[in-house]
Amino acid sequence: MFDITSFIQRAIVQSIPLLFGCTGETITEKSGNLNLGLPGVMYIGAISAVIGSFFYEQSLPDPSAINPALAVLIPLVCCVIGSLLMGLLYCFLTVTLRANQNVTGLAMTTFGVGVGNFFGGSLISLTGSDIPSLSLSASSGIIGQTLPFADSLGDFGKVFFSYGFLAYTAIIIAIIASYVLNRTRVGLQLRAVGEDPATADAAGIDITRYKYVATCIGCVIAGLGGLYYVMDYSKGIWSNDAFGDRGWLALALVIFTLWRPAVGIPSSILFGGLYILYLFIPTGTDLSVKELYKMLPYVVTIVVLIVTSMRNKRESQPPASLGLPYFREDR
Amino acid sequence: MTDVPSKHAGPVGGTPAVQMCGITKRFGSLVANDSVDLEVYKGEVLALLGENGSGKTTLMDALCGLYFPDAGQILIDGKPVTITSPKDAFDYGIGMIHQHFKLVDVFTMVENVVLGLDQPGKLDLKAAADKITQIADTYGFDVDPYQKVYDMSVSQKQTAEILKLLYRGADILILDEPTAVLTPQEADKLFAVLRNMRDDGKAIIIITHKLREVLDISDRVAILRKGRHVADLVTKQTNEQEMTDLMVGHKVHLNIDRPLPVDPKPRIEVHGLTVKSADGLTKLDDVSFAAKSGEVLGIAGISGSGQKELLEAIAGLQPVASGSITYIGDDGKREELVGKSPRDIASLGVALSFVPEDRLGMGLVANMDITDNMMLRSYRVGSSPFADRKPPRQLAEKVVEELDVQTSGISDPVRRMSGGNVQKVLVGREISSSPTVLLTAYAVRGLDINTSYTIYDLINEQKKRGVAVVYVGEDLDVLIALADRILVLCDGKVSGIVDGRTADKNKVGMMMTELHEEGGANDGAEH
Repeated sequence: MFDITSFIQRAIVQSIPLLFGCTGETITEKSGNLNLGLPGVMYIGAISAVIGSFFYEQSLPDPSAINPALAVLIPLVCCVIGSLLMGLLYCFLTVTLRANQNVTGLAMTTFGVGVGNFFGGSLISLTGSDIPSLSLSASSGIIGQTLPFADSLGDFGKVFFSYGFLAYTAIIIAIIASYVLNRTRVGLQLRAVGEDPATADAAGIDITRYKYVATCIGCVIAGLGGLYYVMDYSKGIWSNDAFGDRGWLALALVIFTLWRPAVGIPSSILFGGLYILYLFIPTGTDLSVKELYKMLPYVVTIVVLIVTSMRNKRESQPPASLGLPYFREDR
Repeated sequence: MTDVPSKHAGPVGGTPAVQMCGITKRFGSLVANDSVDLEVYKGEVLALLGENGSGKTTLMDALCGLYFPDAGQILIDGKPVTITSPKDAFDYGIGMIHQHFKLVDVFTMVENVVLGLDQPGKLDLKAAADKITQIADTYGFDVDPYQKVYDMSVSQKQTAEILKLLYRGADILILDEPTAVLTPQEADKLFAVLRNMRDDGKAIIIITHKLREVLDISDRVAILRKGRHVADLVTKQTNEQEMTDLMVGHKVHLNIDRPLPVDPKPRIEVHGLTVKSADGLTKLDDVSFAAKSGEVLGIAGISGSGQKELLEAIAGLQPVASGSITYIGDDGKREELVGKSPRDIASLGVALSFVPEDRLGMGLVANMDITDNMMLRSYRVGSSPFADRKPPRQLAEKVVEELDVQTSGISDPVRRMSGGNVQKVLVGREISSSPTVLLTAYAVRGLDINTSYTIYDLINEQKKRGVAVVYVGEDLDVLIALADRILVLCDGKVSGIVDGRTADKNKVGMMMTELHEEGGANDGAEH
């Protein structure tokens, strides 16, 4: 029996890290920076939160003495700092030094995952635990706190109110990003930087500043996806490599939404649903069929790429200078 | 449009709107500007003349904040200022229209206009659009503020650029080769607007290579040569010959030769040629003509009227929807070119040199040196798996020497060379294969007078050798002076073929914009 309520609810839970990643990457790409380091950034965001939370919980005499405000703030601040540093590193390499964006991005993904696994492994060995994972259940319980009236509203409550505050933050950020990009002066200028930096420069826009700020904000938002994943979705349990390919999926989602953050909200839920569909379809013992279902989000992205390339509408194209460095006196 | 009734009575005098003193700018060892002094007054049009690489654009880039000069001082209204960014330039009322338009393609005109303006408060596109319409009405433009840039024609884009500056309240306007991409009619319209602005008290600097336009629009002329300011002339007291001599630094012969065609025989016959683009648009519609040996066939038309498709169809690079292209050899043997591969067509002696807007997009690889670029034509020669680099190197040396290519060496990447020299390499390579048909498009695009004449001489040399030359050009004055016959394209259709010796510039201009039935069958170059 296909449980539609539980499917939607789990699809939404799955979608939140993707939505954070997608919104962050869209803002970054609108400045012309193709940050393929996104999976690494999200990974660093997650491990930074874990590190902060771990040492806070270790400092407590007993888990019940936890201060709710600190339990939220410490991982949040650590996550922001971690992903911000990644953003600054990316900008320094690609904007200031004009290194190749693809190479830099891929290197940062490898770097981020490696650093994450290194610290994850170190923390696990600090606890002296037998199983290769780390549990931060006290902090996670507070961050993942759902609205108190969710349970009393039946299916409606389950679909709309059964999430932690970070899930709602993701949706609000996506809406704000969409408004800023399309309706404000800053958004117009940011889009101009990504489309045609030479034009934006001649119009008196500070290209370097826009690229740095947009990329760093984008990385911080993406990092929150990592925070949500570890502290809410997995209930504070960290094990190396469990984050999986969500970073790449978020990158695919950016293309799927055609660089529109508001469209990212339903699209990420769709991707979340496709991501877990294999759990809901009875496939018996034949595990290879499950693997085919796991491919669905990528298949959909490829189809969207084909369709949008065929329609060839100018507005559905990526920012025109995406992936290209800009140097004013280059000619 | 040569004598214009105007209430304008020459420069106003007094304090110059802009005064540049001792501007020097170096790029590495190259001195682009060598202590240049320049002044412009309110209510005058100053023409800035000079060969390619004489430092005109660099000088203007320093004024509008794109480059920071190594030495020198800029004064606006008599006050010394420091301009370190385009934003500073705007603040002093300086606006520049670049050779390549600085517009974001996927934005509307109004979005482009408000770009970079730091006004407080909400982004109000509607108010901005109203203000644009109002400015447009004042100076006589016709615009739709909500049109997307990618839907605009070249002259509409230029209008958007001008409005962008006026919206910012610029009163010092710099235009870098504004008429290079316009039809004569559009250029006249632009000049009328510029005169309105001048009479409105704005200071205008115009960079152009077309001396006729200098005489037509400007009040004063400043001439740069090799980075130095060599002369300041009052337009009314000078002429084309004097300006050219000052620009080049020695006497220049200013007439394009046009030897009579010797024994013209049809070389390529095109019948009912129709070409469609990849997305189904008709690019060429039922085009028929003949290109003859020993003759220059000029092709005129607004850019994008099918010139590129026509040449590519002949060279085998464009799929042909219908029609035939026949090559007739010296022995009278006829060969159908449609359906042949570009390599087979090239082996018949059909050479194509197409100079696109960015000059490097077709035919040459920017990061490779001259020798390697020569090899692109000959790498298949011989049966050894290794390419023989000796003949291309000799060819490269020959081209550099014979065409006087300015380069630091044949092993330097071609992107380091200036546009004119790159074009000489391209044309030189195509001519070296001793073609029987030479297809050239925009061979002098962006070149100064002196280099252009070198290229015209090369074309005439080929013509005397009995080559059928097809010359696609933008400058009607040159087409009329160089070509034996001119085929006028209008939106993919032939709107007429006229005799180059008797053609009238305005009539050809009209034929470019509307189909002209009476000239259609009149093939006027039989001598």
